[in-house]
Amino acid sequence: MKNNGHTSPVALLPKCRTGIQGLDEITGGGLPRGRPTLVCGGAGCGKTLLAVEFLVRGAVEFDEPGVLFAFEETDAELKANVASLGFDLAGLVRRKKLVLDHVYIERSEITETGEYDLEGLFVRLNHAIDSIGAKRVVLDTLEALFAGLPNEAILRSELRRLFRWLKDKGVTAIITAERGREQLTRHGLEEYVSDCVILLDHRVFEQIATRHLRVIKYRGALHGTNEFPFHIGEDGISVLPITSLGLNHKVSNERIPTGIPRLDAMLTGRGFFRGSSILLTGTAGTGKTSVGAVFAEAAARRGERVLFFSFEESPNQIIRNMRSIGLRLEPLVSGGLLRFHSARPTLYGLEMHLATMFKEIATFQPAIVIVDPITSLLVAGTDSETKGMMTRLIDFLKAGQITSLFTSLTHGGHALEQSEIAMSSLMDAWLLLQDFEGNGERNRVLYVLKARGMAHSNQIREFLISNRGIDLVDAYIGPSGVLTGAARVAQTAREKAEALAGQQEASRRHRELKRKRTALEQQIAGLRSDYETAEVELRRIDEQAGARTRVLTDERTELARLRQADAQVAAGARANSKSKRKR
Amino acid sequence: MKTKSLKRRSSASNGRSAKLWQLRLYVAGQTPKSLTAFSNLKKICENHLKGRYRIEVIDLLEQPHLSKGDQILAIPTLVRKLPQPMRKIIGDLSDTVRVLVGLDLRPAV
Repeated sequence: MKNNGHTSPVALLPKCRTGIQGLDEITGGGLPRGRPTLVCGGAGCGKTLLAVEFLVRGAVEFDEPGVLFAFEETDAELKANVASLGFDLAGLVRRKKLVLDHVYIERSEITETGEYDLEGLFVRLNHAIDSIGAKRVVLDTLEALFAGLPNEAILRSELRRLFRWLKDKGVTAIITAERGREQLTRHGLEEYVSDCVILLDHRVFEQIATRHLRVIKYRGALHGTNEFPFHIGEDGISVLPITSLGLNHKVSNERIPTGIPRLDAMLTGRGFFRGSSILLTGTAGTGKTSVGAVFAEAAARRGERVLFFSFEESPNQIIRNMRSIGLRLEPLVSGGLLRFHSARPTLYGLEMHLATMFKEIATFQPAIVIVDPITSLLVAGTDSETKGMMTRLIDFLKAGQITSLFTSLTHGGHALEQSEIAMSSLMDAWLLLQDFEGNGERNRVLYVLKARGMAHSNQIREFLISNRGIDLVDAYIGPSGVLTGAARVAQTAREKAEALAGQQEASRRHRELKRKRTALEQQIAGLRSDYETAEVELRRIDEQAGARTRVLTDERTELARLRQADAQVAAGARANSKSKRKR
Repeated sequence: MKTKSLKRRSSASNGRSAKLWQLRLYVAGQTPKSLTAFSNLKKICENHLKGRYRIEVIDLLEQPHLSKGDQILAIPTLVRKLPQPMRKIIGDLSDTVRVLVGLDLRPAV
């Protein structure tokens, strides 16, 4: 027998995926399978839609047919209402994936005489479920029964039986109910449905309406208890955030150039990390959009998809404006590599913006996202909301390894670091564009304030925008401070002149020295010839002296010979006779 | 013009009501409530509609698809198909006065 000491894992509550974007994440996998879930909320907050989407996604994505019992809307009305979201109820009904049943109760048509029960509803539901093998059931809005049937006591006991019956049937059900004044539902349905309760809400804050969803109760399962904003878009409900519960994104070591070679050079020559989030702050007119466009253009030229969210300018305006700095964006747009998405920030609430952005990103699958500027979006919400939104957006982008560039408009005079406090901690890299005013002109400079995970230049660079694009040049940093623009040019010219003068001076001194040396050399040559003359003279004197000595000696010898000739002759004669004998 | 046609219609419906009452009783199996309802109905019809009524009993357990047509939720439900307009009476029909009122056999008091 094989027993390696593992205890059997605690059976988790089986869950039924709704397929609704974000809801499954919040509930940790979906609604409790085989049990009823109560969805309550005020009028027009999306209860029916949530329920219908649950059925449609079930039928289409999970092959779980569904039954919809509508107590308030007729089949035709329902079909028409959700058709705008791309849900083809009629088609699903034809393919036997869905049963629509409009349950109609009109109190004035009904007379009550004695005992009854709701077996008719059960039979009807049972028949509908069995006819297509349904796994999901929606009862929308069950409370209509309270209006239609006079005897509440019977109704309540029958409802209790109904929920029990639904559980026994093993279908995952959604029951919708109107929100009551003091309790969750007007007729207290929550007392029958104890497994999962979801509350929907639609609130208006500062004229912007936002929908919220909260899982009030989820027996036997962990769930996010927060209120999550959701929105109803063109393809149904999406609940936001898709909060990543932990910081566990994959990270890439790949680097992507910025499109500005000198900026890459400031970032150890290779640009930003792929999947990093980059903040670009600057006051008005410092060239934030241009940097963004250059970044976008460079990426698109490499063949990466770029999604450009513009909240201030229309796409055509950006394309036109960027032409003036030598960027041709139209071919990239028509080639499908660059997509613009423009919307006014005040068009709708923050959540809606976020949802739209998520949707755009999900459909376009870009490698790079540019948001220009993020600040105008942030004014649409409160501080905590915007921080939450940024976190979610960045989480979402990082999860997809999408590099993001956010431009941010700062107001002149503010302490820059302070105004960005909410965002900067979320960002991996932060570039600061600044105006430098002086000598009657404004010049742009750029710093790299931070760049996580890479060495980066701490120097200020002057930022030039010309019709050939963006370039960075070293700002002049000298004893008189940082100089930019004309002052830098003037200073450089001055330095050049000074350098020239210095050069001339040097060559002059060089020549002088050369001349001096020649003079000295000549002097040396003169001396040497003097010396040589003297030497010749000396030799001549010596020779004369020698000659004189020889002459004197000769004379003396002659004299001596003459004086002592006899001795000499005698000696000579001896010598001669000796030599004659030898012979 | 309007009153004329109204009159004609009401007289026509009276004429028909004089002819035949078509009643349909929905039940779900042979439950006590269903049996009570059927016997009560039979009694009322014999007393008030003798010879000009027809009762059709539909057991939804056998024909569940029929529940949709007449929007049946409660069991038992008595539906007056004819004469028009359609009337629905739910319950075991033990309150005869209310049944008569519900069937328009007696004006409401």
